[in-house]
Amino acid sequence: MDEKIKPLLANYLIAIGDDELILGHRDSEWCGHAPILEEDIAFANISLDEIGHARLWFELAASLLGEDPKTFPDQLAFYRDWDKFRSIQMAALPKGDWAFTMLRQFFFDSFENLRLEGLAESAYPPIAQAAAKIRNEEVYHLRHTAAWVPRLGLGTQESGRRMQTALEALWPFALQLGVPLAGESELAAQGLVPAADALRHKWLEIMGNAMQEAGLAIPEIGVPAVVDRSVQSEDLRQLLLEMQEVPRQHPREVRW
Amino acid sequence: MVASRQEIWNALGEVADPEIPVVSLVDMGIIRDVSLNGKEVIVTMTPTFSGCPALKVMEEDIISRLSRLGIDQVEVEITLNPPWTSDWITPAARDKIKQIGLAPPKIHQGDFVSVLIDPVQCAYCDSDNTTMKNSFGPTPCRMIYYCNSCQQPFEQFKPI
Repeated sequence: MDEKIKPLLANYLIAIGDDELILGHRDSEWCGHAPILEEDIAFANISLDEIGHARLWFELAASLLGEDPKTFPDQLAFYRDWDKFRSIQMAALPKGDWAFTMLRQFFFDSFENLRLEGLAESAYPPIAQAAAKIRNEEVYHLRHTAAWVPRLGLGTQESGRRMQTALEALWPFALQLGVPLAGESELAAQGLVPAADALRHKWLEIMGNAMQEAGLAIPEIGVPAVVDRSVQSEDLRQLLLEMQEVPRQHPREVRW
Repeated sequence: MVASRQEIWNALGEVADPEIPVVSLVDMGIIRDVSLNGKEVIVTMTPTFSGCPALKVMEEDIISRLSRLGIDQVEVEITLNPPWTSDWITPAARDKIKQIGLAPPKIHQGDFVSVLIDPVQCAYCDSDNTTMKNSFGPTPCRMIYYCNSCQQPFEQFKPI
């Protein structure tokens, strides 16, 4: 691989890994607090999977950058400042209610599923292999969230109302999923990653149908609340203050 | 005296899966390869689920078991290619996990999505009259069912 491409590809992997890490951390906040025991278990698992996927992407980024794959994921997760993260802002939004959590996860899982389909065909075999592995696990996430969205949307008046409120709050942020990542057109041209434009069109079509089937109306907003992934939110800063607190206070004592 | 590959495989066959201790890492198809490089032994393993919290424990257990063969240079390498599939769990291991109330995953030959709608046999009474309660469970690799015949909850190892 061209030496100039390596850092571009590594940054792409770090960005998608950041999405998984931050969303996984938010999901983990439901552990012990979900509305029913089954969902408590489900979200703890989904959270664990997402964080595991972040580690896989960070390990691949490490090997592209000549870093140690055993230590680099922790470096990125625990010792990086908040403004250096490249996650979408939707991932860091406070967990909200159950409708908000479920809808956010559904938006993310369905976009990720399309991206993984593309990454599984990557011209860089380690990415294709990781994507194939992650995709198998994501089948279970998507089945779960895709079943819950209509259940809540069409359930009771209250659950439907909460879903519509969640949709209106989330939609402008969800649209950031379809914004091309830095360096993406160059990477896509070499067959290393899928092009966001094609993913976005497919995703919007799937979301249109899914929301309609769940009795929900997508707000008429066509532009994302935020485009640039280098613009981060106070929500992320607060999340990291908590997530990074222990390792930063005791950098030599912490063993995972 | 350096242990042979067969002795190493036999020893690894005694390393219990940390989450399902009735079966070994070899029974589960988690150990993919053993190779010797001078005094160093390279064990290649693959995670069942990529976020599996037991991975580190497995690595430590492998190193500790091989040290009892007098091997002190062990490198545990992780591969994702090909991705682990529940089809690799040996027939004997399927019987063992069933005995602890964990229904074995259906053989799917690469298309696990297609078997997800099939009825799952109760791990206790073999009835097909069961209901999936949760596609997630106490570990990443399990899901929760309820048997309408013997009225027992049970778990299934996830087909993947």
